[in-house]
Amino acid sequence: MARAAVPGRLNWLAGTLAAARDETATARTLVLDVPGWPGHLAGQHVDVRLTAEDGYFAQRSYSIASAPGGARLELTVQRIADGEVSPYLTGVMAPGDRLELRGPVGYWFVWRPEPAAPLLLVAGGSGIVPLMAMIRAHAAAGSTAPLRLIYSVRTPADVIYASELSERTAASQLSVTYLYTRAAPAGMPAGRISAGVLAGAAWPPADKPAVFVCGPSGFVEAAASLLVEAGHDPAAIRTERFGPTGT
Amino acid sequence: MNVISRGFSGRRRPGGDRLPPGQYLESGFPVLSAGPTPPVRTSDWEFTITTEAGQARRWNWQEFTSLPAEQITTDIHCVTKWSKLGTHWRGVCLDTLLDGIATDAGYVMARCYGGYSTNLPLPDLRGGRAWVAYEYEGQPLPPEHGGPARLLVPHLYFWKSAKWVTGLELMDRDRHGFWEELGYHDYGDPWREQRYQGD
Repeated sequence: MARAAVPGRLNWLAGTLAAARDETATARTLVLDVPGWPGHLAGQHVDVRLTAEDGYFAQRSYSIASAPGGARLELTVQRIADGEVSPYLTGVMAPGDRLELRGPVGYWFVWRPEPAAPLLLVAGGSGIVPLMAMIRAHAAAGSTAPLRLIYSVRTPADVIYASELSERTAASQLSVTYLYTRAAPAGMPAGRISAGVLAGAAWPPADKPAVFVCGPSGFVEAAASLLVEAGHDPAAIRTERFGPTGT
Repeated sequence: MNVISRGFSGRRRPGGDRLPPGQYLESGFPVLSAGPTPPVRTSDWEFTITTEAGQARRWNWQEFTSLPAEQITTDIHCVTKWSKLGTHWRGVCLDTLLDGIATDAGYVMARCYGGYSTNLPLPDLRGGRAWVAYEYEGQPLPPEHGGPARLLVPHLYFWKSAKWVTGLELMDRDRHGFWEELGYHDYGDPWREQRYQGD
């Protein structure tokens, strides 16, 4: 746990959009210049504040996608069709435009390079974002911890960071298992996370992996329960959930 | 003065004066947990209040659900920015549970199945403002929302409403709970936007 690592008061900082990348039809990475950014750990998030001309403002939280230590801060935002903030960030905001950030926030769902325990990352949809920060941090630190990612998406077109994951798989010890819940590539069945998938793709509990699960609440609930049932120590499973449950 | 985001107009949603600063209206009921949902059977469930002198009062599920219960209608506010208006709960008021317990403590640590904890001032649990809730919208409280029973302290950010609660430790001095140790505010008043330490 991050005792003594928690800073004092978090102040709002101005960030300027330096560049943007479309990751999928609905997800966009914002590359931000944030003078005074105090640095972060892989897995943390930030509060983002947008203020309109008339002073009205809205706040949301977004996971940080970039590894710690970079010159610029990257956020990957999934557009929510009826959202108030994400349509602006993914569709309207242009290089040179500004927003405000406060953070980093969250000292629980974080990975640090020191321990060499195997790392198991389980992502549902845009839950990949903070896990991608861990994959990037793992590479940047030259960590020797073996690394596996299980990534559940609706269709192949919904995979965020597809080419980067492919390159990192070829160049490092990262292995990725994709699950397609709605439409799979030819020759692959569609399917959800299950005990069978975990048995084939996850580290066995005896390897004592550090486990990070992030995604929509229903996905995280299912994945975390399956991991516990498979014998993983509940205390070694850290979760981050987003989105409504519908109830 | 805030920095203006060019081209952002926002959406002034209903909710108006019932939304604390920086919150938005949510119609679903998002889940926030640090780890897996702990399986808690009501046959094993216990709730214990321990005083600063070490005296304990304990209830099992049958004893707890035999106590007078109240219907609660309240707005709830999560530190992750969503608020949900007019939620309905059933639970036992902390005044009922604390009745007859001799204490001079100023603070409480809520302890939970699964290892979660959160700290609160004891006065915030008195005066009809806090409950141990076991029904949500007329149904048993679902496990992912803290079932079989959770603390309900709706005038503070919702992480103070500890899920899977199993006890209260009354304390002379304030100590940090789980999220408070990790940078979140010790009190957590949504109307003063006390999200993080130092706010």
